[in-house]
Amino acid sequence: MSSSTSSKTAPEIAIEIKGLVKKYGEKFAVNGIDLTVQQGEIFALLGPNGAGKTTTVEILEGFRNIDGGFVSVLNFDPATKGEAGRVWRNRIGIVLQSTTDAADLTVQETIEHFAHYYENPRDVNEVIDSVGLREKADDYARNLSGGQRRRLDVALGIIGSPELLFLDEPTTGFDPEARRAFWELILKLRSEGTTIFLTTHYLDEAEALADRVGVITNGKIIEIATPATLGNRATAPARISWLENGKIAEIESLNPTAEIEKLIARFNGEIPQLQIIRPNLEDIYLRMIGENR
Amino acid sequence: MKTLRLGLMRGRMEFKVFMRGRESVVFTLLFPVILLFIFGSVFKDTIAPGVTFSQYFVAGMIASGLVNTGFQQLAITIPMEREFGTLKRLRGRPISVSAYFIGKAYLVFILMVLQTALLLGFGAAFFGLNLPTSSSKWITFTWLILLGSACSTVLGIAFSVVPKSGRGASAVVSPIVIVLQFFSGVFFVFSQLPVWMQQFAALFPLKWLTQGMRSIFLPDSFATQEVAKSWELGRTALILVIWLLVGLIISIKTFKWSKE
Repeated sequence: MSSSTSSKTAPEIAIEIKGLVKKYGEKFAVNGIDLTVQQGEIFALLGPNGAGKTTTVEILEGFRNIDGGFVSVLNFDPATKGEAGRVWRNRIGIVLQSTTDAADLTVQETIEHFAHYYENPRDVNEVIDSVGLREKADDYARNLSGGQRRRLDVALGIIGSPELLFLDEPTTGFDPEARRAFWELILKLRSEGTTIFLTTHYLDEAEALADRVGVITNGKIIEIATPATLGNRATAPARISWLENGKIAEIESLNPTAEIEKLIARFNGEIPQLQIIRPNLEDIYLRMIGENR
Repeated sequence: MKTLRLGLMRGRMEFKVFMRGRESVVFTLLFPVILLFIFGSVFKDTIAPGVTFSQYFVAGMIASGLVNTGFQQLAITIPMEREFGTLKRLRGRPISVSAYFIGKAYLVFILMVLQTALLLGFGAAFFGLNLPTSSSKWITFTWLILLGSACSTVLGIAFSVVPKSGRGASAVVSPIVIVLQFFSGVFFVFSQLPVWMQQFAALFPLKWLTQGMRSIFLPDSFATQEVAKSWELGRTALILVIWLLVGLIISIKTFKWSKE
């Protein structure tokens, strides 16, 4: 899904990363990445486990110091401590990768409590409805299922009406229906102007949500593009298969239409069991990761 | 002031959560009452004409209540909050570490008030405990509880970085508290302990809190039985303030939101 807004003025920059380096001991977790996210954009960071996704997000969230380079989030250095840092935190929302804590507080009480931290919180009941926890509002957080608890995390991420929302693998443990509902919520937040920085393992999620995706592996970004054009996807060969002489025949072609014309001529009409398959985002992604291992 | 407002709000929330945990309510709030019931039933003698053993024991129970509710509880629960990500989640919010500390101090203070009220009520009703009548003793009692709670809170926060894991925290913290209780005259008469034990205990707040509480629940004539032949309330205040400041500085300098 690509942004169709065509405003004449250049959009404001929400996140800017230049030459970012982060080391754990001698090992480079992040090794010189450059990245810009515009305001109002949904950006997805993809990569295998240990590629540096969470390290990058946690630097942007102000949880980790950097060893080199430059990072700016909403025109602010996330590592800033003290009151200025808290003023900045009032403008961002964070959904961490996983939290195992859950107190003896109900969903409603938990969200109400966190709402008090912010200058301009959303309506608590609206937030409960939007994450689909209405029926669980009076249940203790610790009695929620994994997916429900994750939705509570998301509720706590958006309660402060953030300009910028970080989501670190937000839908892990969701069933397909909950995932769809979550995607709708994210797209709604974007339509209200929230910038979203997302990491995910799910390629369909990135495709459904992100305006642009970045692929990170071994601490380096190997490509940033729209989901439709990543890894030359738009111009990659298509696979054509059909039934001929009792067997499935298959070719790859950069000009599938021309191939189809030839086949139509050969079969004089209907081509048995014809399939034309464009590479999906997952195929492209796996190829890129494989090449950069 | 926003920090104070958020801190008190956190304190009320933490108190609500605390009261919902059955184990924590029994072991923290009711434990002193249970101990008084056991010791009060075993030792029925008077230690002086008109002065029951309960009188001596209650002083020690309130003093160690301060250490249990503050130091012990926080040094065990904060490592868990750190391990389970509660603190990391808080770190990403527009809330200061001071507000978090204030919330803990509020929780400890409220629990202390409740626990002490239960203990005194139960003791007066069933074990012939005489409550102080002079206002000066109640004033001393109030500042001892306030200063003791604050001191115990900051030392608990300061010590919370020592246990390596949330699960192991109890094993690290509890023995320290128990040893300190024996050394500080909570269970035995302090002046009858070996001198080296007395001197060691005098380095820590519990001995002074216990002695201060004795000044409230025992007749003034008992002051002469103290090691220093006096209740030493001025010195007690000074030592508690020193520990409060030391604990506060260590807490601020060493506090960690997450294990990394």
